[in-house]
Amino acid sequence: MHVVVCVKQVPDTTNVRINPETNTLMREGVESIMNPFDEYALEQALELKDKCGARVSVISMGPPQATAVLRESLARGADDAALVSSRAFGGADTLATSYTISMAIRKVCGGVPDLVLFGKQAIDGDTAQVGPGVSEFLDATLVTYAKSIEVKDGGFEVVSVMDDGEHTVAGKFPAVVTVLKEASVPRFAPLAGTLTAAKAPIAVLDEKALGCDPGQIGLKGSPTKVVTIFPPPVKGGGKKITASGDDAAKAILEMLSEKGILAK
Amino acid sequence: MADAPIIIDEKKCAGCGKCVKGCGFGALSMVEAPGVNKLGRLAQVDPAACKACSACVSACPFKAITEVKREVNGTKGLEDYKDIWVFAEQTGGTVAEVAYELLSKGIELKAQRGEGCRLAAVVLGHNLSEEVKRSLVAAGADLVYCVDAPELADYEANVYVDAVAQLVERHKPEVILAGATAIGRAFFARVAVKVRTGLTADCTMLKVESTKNKDTGAMQMLLHQTRPAFGGNIMATIMTPNHRPQMATVRPKVFKKLPPSKDPSSGEIIAEALKLIAPKTRLKGVSRDSDAVDVSAHDILVSGGRGMKKPENFQVLARLAKLLGGEVSCSRACVDAGWCKADRQVGQTGKTVAPKLYLCFGISGAIQHLEGIRGADTIIAVNTDPNAPIFGVADLGVIGDAMETANALIKALEERGGAAVA
Repeated sequence: MHVVVCVKQVPDTTNVRINPETNTLMREGVESIMNPFDEYALEQALELKDKCGARVSVISMGPPQATAVLRESLARGADDAALVSSRAFGGADTLATSYTISMAIRKVCGGVPDLVLFGKQAIDGDTAQVGPGVSEFLDATLVTYAKSIEVKDGGFEVVSVMDDGEHTVAGKFPAVVTVLKEASVPRFAPLAGTLTAAKAPIAVLDEKALGCDPGQIGLKGSPTKVVTIFPPPVKGGGKKITASGDDAAKAILEMLSEKGILAK
Repeated sequence: MADAPIIIDEKKCAGCGKCVKGCGFGALSMVEAPGVNKLGRLAQVDPAACKACSACVSACPFKAITEVKREVNGTKGLEDYKDIWVFAEQTGGTVAEVAYELLSKGIELKAQRGEGCRLAAVVLGHNLSEEVKRSLVAAGADLVYCVDAPELADYEANVYVDAVAQLVERHKPEVILAGATAIGRAFFARVAVKVRTGLTADCTMLKVESTKNKDTGAMQMLLHQTRPAFGGNIMATIMTPNHRPQMATVRPKVFKKLPPSKDPSSGEIIAEALKLIAPKTRLKGVSRDSDAVDVSAHDILVSGGRGMKKPENFQVLARLAKLLGGEVSCSRACVDAGWCKADRQVGQTGKTVAPKLYLCFGISGAIQHLEGIRGADTIIAVNTDPNAPIFGVADLGVIGDAMETANALIKALEERGGAAVA
């Protein structure tokens, strides 16, 4: 069994700050991390490796420094890793990214693997589109929001969390599954793993190595265009007071009465 | 650097750095270049971060930055694509509220698009009642495309993709909107890839406007899709100028549902016969978590953030919520920390809510969170940090201690004799 995990390096948005003068993102000093949802996908893959001896390959698309998340994945127990990186991929939207990653998966696996895992979404883009997009390019079964994945009767059984409850679904490989936080607790990398991973070779794949159609990658392969950007609209704040405890409670109750939320 | 979407003319660049400030994506920086100009530095672009938005082109006072003209690579026969569609998600014969919200928005978009544009609803299922279909007409649909097949009795992503992609190829809609629900987010993204077009997730503003296509120079009626971008710290307006349909998802409660405005018998219901693929997965069972909370369904929310400091403090908020007749919600930080379950999370990656009262403690108000509470009538925030962005949207901002205030409120409400909600 071959499992591919797609991981993304993202800015740690919990620490992102905005420059108050220009209203733009301050990138300086923002740490890059593995997208937290991808950690759960990786853990699921490693558990499948523990249980059924699956080979786990990890792929990341991004700038050269994204090798850091690949080394972290190797340290935790992934078997091999590839970085999909080229200036030609710059500006890719979710369609071009889905195409590029699907080409990388085919290259690394010599075809379509049994299972491809994604985190449910990346915390920087929050689109949750690339996993489903890759499933189309690989012509694989799509299952989203998995809280557990099991191999059963030569296929999979996944518990998928939908708006109306948890759906248990079964199907055959190949499949693309997006994974939720509830799925697992990511393991720590053992020291020996970290040392080996630091020296492990990581293939860097560009558009030529992948045999990409130049019209389907980067900006050219992206139907969506960012036309304008602007700071978030600011609603003028209301009354502000400095108080705690009883004084604060009194002010809040007054507001609740004023707004008709509490009876006077 | 042929691959970057912009070209910086080193002869014109004066090293002023205005482009760096103008770039919302952190794609530009200044590099030392002694002797090249008075300031001895040049702008450089990181092609991976550049979104080709051209903000820098207008920010540069020296006209040193130009956008690279791109070859147009899009859908053939754009003018054949007509009408605005809303995907009307239904489970068990109940249409999701967000479908009616989108139809309400659709009425507005149809008017902006002008004469000849129709608003259609698309509904998939099995043994769908006439009442369900007519409710979509009442909500504004001029026509309802209905695919009724046993394979569609339950949601199955792969069959849903097939059905909607076939309808798109058959009828060529110009715009399709879907709710950003668990179902909408999953299969709709694959439909967009199958028909090779763009999709913008989680839009918070939509409008149709005559717009100049930057690639061809032609004027087009385009869907302006605005969403929080780049970690939610900035708003971006996105368009799909050369591909059809233009696809977008919108989270529940972002747009207002208008009361039914049309005679339910007026619209046309079209039964679509499709040859569908066999389902790829088999639904073995559905279990409903009886503890699961839909925070978007409550009129009063008492919400806690990182400033609650520890999970036990949420019990105090639960007590307060009960006294007010509401529910407890939280920010993302609390879910990440494992203090609260994900179903209670409010914000861009949690639920969008529109309660009468949003009373929050220890929430600083990252833009992702603020996007999720835009529809709230009254916002009251308690936070120790006087500069917390939440105060920018709060009707009443209390700079003070969260726990002390929550406990004092409980005491005061209990003295009033419990819940006295108007």
